[in-house]
Amino acid sequence: TADPLITEIQPWAQGFGDGVDAVRYGLPTEHEGDVIRRNVEWLTADTVSSINFTPIHALDGTITPQGCAFERHHSGAIDLKKDDYRLMINGLVDTPLVFSYADLERFPRENHVYFCECAANTGMEWAGAQLNGAQFTHGMIHNMEYTGVPLRTLLEEAGLDTTGDLSGKWVFVEGADASSNGRSIPMEKALDDVLVAFKANGEALRKEHGYPVRLVVPGWEGNMWVKWIRRIEVMDGPVESREETSKYTDTLEDGTSRKWTWEMDAKSVVTSPSPQAPIKHGTGPLVITGLAWSGRGAITRVDVSKDGGKNWETARLAKPGEKMALTRFYLDTDWDGSEMMLQSRAMDDTGYVQPTKTQLREVRGLNSIYHNNCIQTWLVRSNGEAENVEVS
Amino acid sequence: GKFGLGRTALPEEIAAWDGDISPNGTGLPVGSGDALVGEEIFADKCASCHGDFAEGIGNWPKLAGGADTLNHDDPLKTVGSYWPYLTTTFDYIKRSMPYGDAGSLPDDEVYAIVAYILYSNDLIEDDFVLSNETFFDVEMPNANGFIVDNRAETEYVQWTGEPCMQDCKDVVEVTMRALVLDVTPDQAGAAEEEVAETTEVEVDEVAIDAIDAELAAAGAKVFKKCKACHQVGDGAKNRTGPILTGIVNGAAGAVDGFRYSKPLTKAAEGGLIWTEAELAAFLAKPKAYLKGTKMSFSGLKKETDQAAIIEYLRSFGS
Repeated sequence: TADPLITEIQPWAQGFGDGVDAVRYGLPTEHEGDVIRRNVEWLTADTVSSINFTPIHALDGTITPQGCAFERHHSGAIDLKKDDYRLMINGLVDTPLVFSYADLERFPRENHVYFCECAANTGMEWAGAQLNGAQFTHGMIHNMEYTGVPLRTLLEEAGLDTTGDLSGKWVFVEGADASSNGRSIPMEKALDDVLVAFKANGEALRKEHGYPVRLVVPGWEGNMWVKWIRRIEVMDGPVESREETSKYTDTLEDGTSRKWTWEMDAKSVVTSPSPQAPIKHGTGPLVITGLAWSGRGAITRVDVSKDGGKNWETARLAKPGEKMALTRFYLDTDWDGSEMMLQSRAMDDTGYVQPTKTQLREVRGLNSIYHNNCIQTWLVRSNGEAENVEVS
Repeated sequence: GKFGLGRTALPEEIAAWDGDISPNGTGLPVGSGDALVGEEIFADKCASCHGDFAEGIGNWPKLAGGADTLNHDDPLKTVGSYWPYLTTTFDYIKRSMPYGDAGSLPDDEVYAIVAYILYSNDLIEDDFVLSNETFFDVEMPNANGFIVDNRAETEYVQWTGEPCMQDCKDVVEVTMRALVLDVTPDQAGAAEEEVAETTEVEVDEVAIDAIDAELAAAGAKVFKKCKACHQVGDGAKNRTGPILTGIVNGAAGAVDGFRYSKPLTKAAEGGLIWTEAELAAFLAKPKAYLKGTKMSFSGLKKETDQAAIIEYLRSFGS
């Protein structure tokens, strides 16, 4: 039968849509109203010290729109005007300096796309399959194009002539919010690729991501990407702050804990199909897609398994992997309607292969909390619905 | 510098912001305090989240206990059982606590609170005076419990190279399912959420006692003690505690969507109204007034503080 949406004149084809000034700054259409950040309430005591999750199951490409990019605050997203913004550099420098926001805009700046992943991403899955959705298991991540000034430029402006041997030095960075979220970064990284950023995806940072200025620490755990950054101190050693001792350290089975586990290892996840993105179209052509990333370099290959890791096919990368940035992969396939145990396995340009949960547990035990980069399994049933499972 | 941008930071500016304390004690201010003094301050400023004995309430951090649990399932990581450096405790409390009123503690109070946390962990006696002089007399049990990231040796070497592609294992079975646990949140989208009907509210033309602005302003300061758990006014939301807008002379247990303790629900069913007198009695010693209340706050001893906070709350409607 003929489709009335084609044979009958529809209202949108007859009258007018909105004029150009109907919305001065747009939100997504209401028909995409379920593509939103979500919180897992039982995880934390209070939303001002909490985290939510990017709806990665519903996005494609690699750039995360700021409006749905996950948030993590330790004492809430503060409102800080550019006019009230100050950045201090002090400690073992030739001249301690204070920059205004306007000062920062006068330094030569760079653009880079980087992912920011919370060290706790997938952390709830250590002891077993727990949360039913890629958003919840892998959504503590976003990927943006940052505009900013290399931290090296600002440190050199303050002068490192009197600092001494740079290789043993550290910088301590802290934010303007009440938590301050202080972290220590070795000088080698500080002088390498760390950015003091004020734009993301072409526009000002959002309040929840550190407006007006945040730190970008490529490939390293998100907690170090200090938001509303107000002070950078060159020091002889690390401060060993709360966030780098009591948190973001990884306790092994024997009770000892790893510290300074900054780099986020190679990882991937199938974003669709997945529990929140079931197959609704029945058998035939099926696009299996997902994201891969590595904090130690660029993604070179992603393999996909439909049978829980018994056999693998190499997926197609949407474009060659870029260092410390999300890479989109596709496996264009034909689905016969049979049950699948979908997995993806990332490799980066160091030759590292994403491990299984069993392999990780053998080294670290079950109490690691952070830095879980295990291979994820979705059980896709013949009706197209998917569930988070663990397999032997 | 090369660009000549920025200006020199003044010593008093650096002093105002540079408060970090290193493991070797650099940055530790002169001062002292003991656990007995700390206990009172802790009850007043910390216990509403961390519990009277630093044992933690709900999802708020537990600061005491957990000795020798680090190699067990679900280890309890506290200042006593896990933190390698005592300087970290001072550094964090001084800069970031109390929650919602960060940076407000004088150095002696920080020493006293740190002493109380140590005492709660059985790491010092109650007559031990913690100061910048005695700071390193305290031994942290897990001081040697950390190793520097060794993934390169323990993991990268074995997880590098060409991976298996065909017949990599014999049998694959599902060993655990997320649905069994069912802890995934509801996922209603913004578009699907019910939009509350807006109805015009008739404003009562009842004369309201004029607000004493000065007293209310004093109350706003006292309210800092409550802010970690309570919000009031436009845009207020239920947090650990219920919204307090309209609480004065309002019915007890009446805030939508807040799960009250059983005793409070019972009192509400009995018709409790939060008159100024009832509120003052509750605020003076919550746990004595209402045994079993969820509100873990030691109380406002000063009547002037009680009156001020009630006036402040009254300014948001009564």
